[in-house]
Amino acid sequence: MSDETYPSYDLLDVLCPMHAVLNASGHVVHAGPTLQKVFAGKPLIGERFLEIAELRRPHVAETMAGLRGCHGARLHLRLRDGVRTGMKGVLIALPQGAASLGPPGGAIINLSFGISVVDAVRDFGLNAGDFPATDLTIEMLYLIEAKSAAMEASRKLNLRLQGARIAAEEQAYTDTLTGLKNRRAMDHVLERLMQTEQDFALMHLDLDYFKQVNDTLGHAAGDQVLQNVARRILAQTRADDLVARTGGDEFVLILAGVTARARLSEIATRLILCLEEPVMYNGQECRVSGSIGATLSCAYETPDLARMMEDSDLALYAAKARGRACHVLYDPALRADPPLHGTD
Amino acid sequence: MHGLVNRAIERFVRDTYGRDVWLETIRRLDLGYTEFEAMMTYEPQVTKEVLAALATRLGKDLPDLFEDIGTYMISHPDIEAPRRLLRFGGVDFVDFLHSLDDLAERARLAVFDLDLPTLELRDHGEGSYSLTVGLCEHHDLRLGRVVMGVLRAMADDYGALVFLEYRGASAGREVILIRLLETAFASGRSFELGAGGLTG
Repeated sequence: MSDETYPSYDLLDVLCPMHAVLNASGHVVHAGPTLQKVFAGKPLIGERFLEIAELRRPHVAETMAGLRGCHGARLHLRLRDGVRTGMKGVLIALPQGAASLGPPGGAIINLSFGISVVDAVRDFGLNAGDFPATDLTIEMLYLIEAKSAAMEASRKLNLRLQGARIAAEEQAYTDTLTGLKNRRAMDHVLERLMQTEQDFALMHLDLDYFKQVNDTLGHAAGDQVLQNVARRILAQTRADDLVARTGGDEFVLILAGVTARARLSEIATRLILCLEEPVMYNGQECRVSGSIGATLSCAYETPDLARMMEDSDLALYAAKARGRACHVLYDPALRADPPLHGTD
Repeated sequence: MHGLVNRAIERFVRDTYGRDVWLETIRRLDLGYTEFEAMMTYEPQVTKEVLAALATRLGKDLPDLFEDIGTYMISHPDIEAPRRLLRFGGVDFVDFLHSLDDLAERARLAVFDLDLPTLELRDHGEGSYSLTVGLCEHHDLRLGRVVMGVLRAMADDYGALVFLEYRGASAGREVILIRLLETAFASGRSFELGAGGLTG
């Protein structure tokens, strides 16, 4: 092995501190200061280059001749160290015979960390002085750090805005008196059900005798009745059903996945029963009931929202016309024989 | 004014004087919020009002307050980013001083709408420098005193011994005189390239 030093080494150490000079047999005879730092404590000088680094691309014979054949090409390497650091490189094959920049028949290989530079800087404890003055690594590290900090600030802002948006939406979809959903929420859910072509039952529920409570015991009593009623309706429905208060004493229920008339009928009966439980207000009994009209999306060839709302409403009026405190499921016959508009 | 500036003022007050002092001051201004968002923009007037209210509340002159804020941004252990990003400017304090010329550009690379004053360093030889602090583009707040605080803290960070003197303001600029007494006076704080970045 030749340990002759060449004047070019000084130049290379400054311009390419991550270079290695190989002799004709492919052994490392000189290495730039940064490469030495990377190999601190591990053998480098005197080692066969291909035993300390693996040439991943291009695929050539793992010999010095193979390496020299890569003259000028872009090399992808991986150190055979613990962390298996990825590296990019370029190799210059030195001429045979006459001495030039280094050992005849040898090679100069310059290395860089490429994209793994962030890890490498940490793993090998590198600093600004380890990179050539013209190298952009420090600027790149600066940018990565600056952008990460800015991104983190933006991410936090996004999280806070998202939280605020969810709260605002929740508020915009909620009836403040009862905590039920409002008409906006109902429209939203109906639209989604139509878009995803899911079956559901649509139910209109009007309280009966509510006006009397308001008139005789005052609005505070009325409010308490509404809040009680809301709780009871919620207790009778499932989590993925929607209960909306759409007017003073008007409610709409959307019952997801309900397709059987018998089932709908049973739910309506149960709802009316639970509404009739008296509400106590200042020691006074407030009694209300409810009328229900309902329709099923599966009853239509192609469900149409406006049509279903109309039919469900029509059924509600039929229920009121039949003396209230009862329910009517929509039937096309109702249209043939429209009920008189009930009065509240 | 960029939210980062207002947020820095807020963090300075919270970390130095406590939450109550901050809330008391900001509520008095009746802005409708008590926290600044780092990534939003505020009217320059808001920043001025906050600073004036703070000066009154803390019984400090505005210049002293500004300098304290500058020092805080670099030296408080809870906010690492400004110190680290400035340390990228140079391997020693002299190197760092020369990097100040590019600071506004560097900052723009990180946060494009962060409007920092232009800085211009002149080397008078024998460790004597003057730094000209220009105006910002979108507001007329004079940040020279903040820069003073930053320089003082960065000198500590590098372990350099410096003498700083504020030489006054004219129409479009402020001038700070820097006298470098010793570059390696103390050991300073360590700076590892790979310590920030991906860990945030």
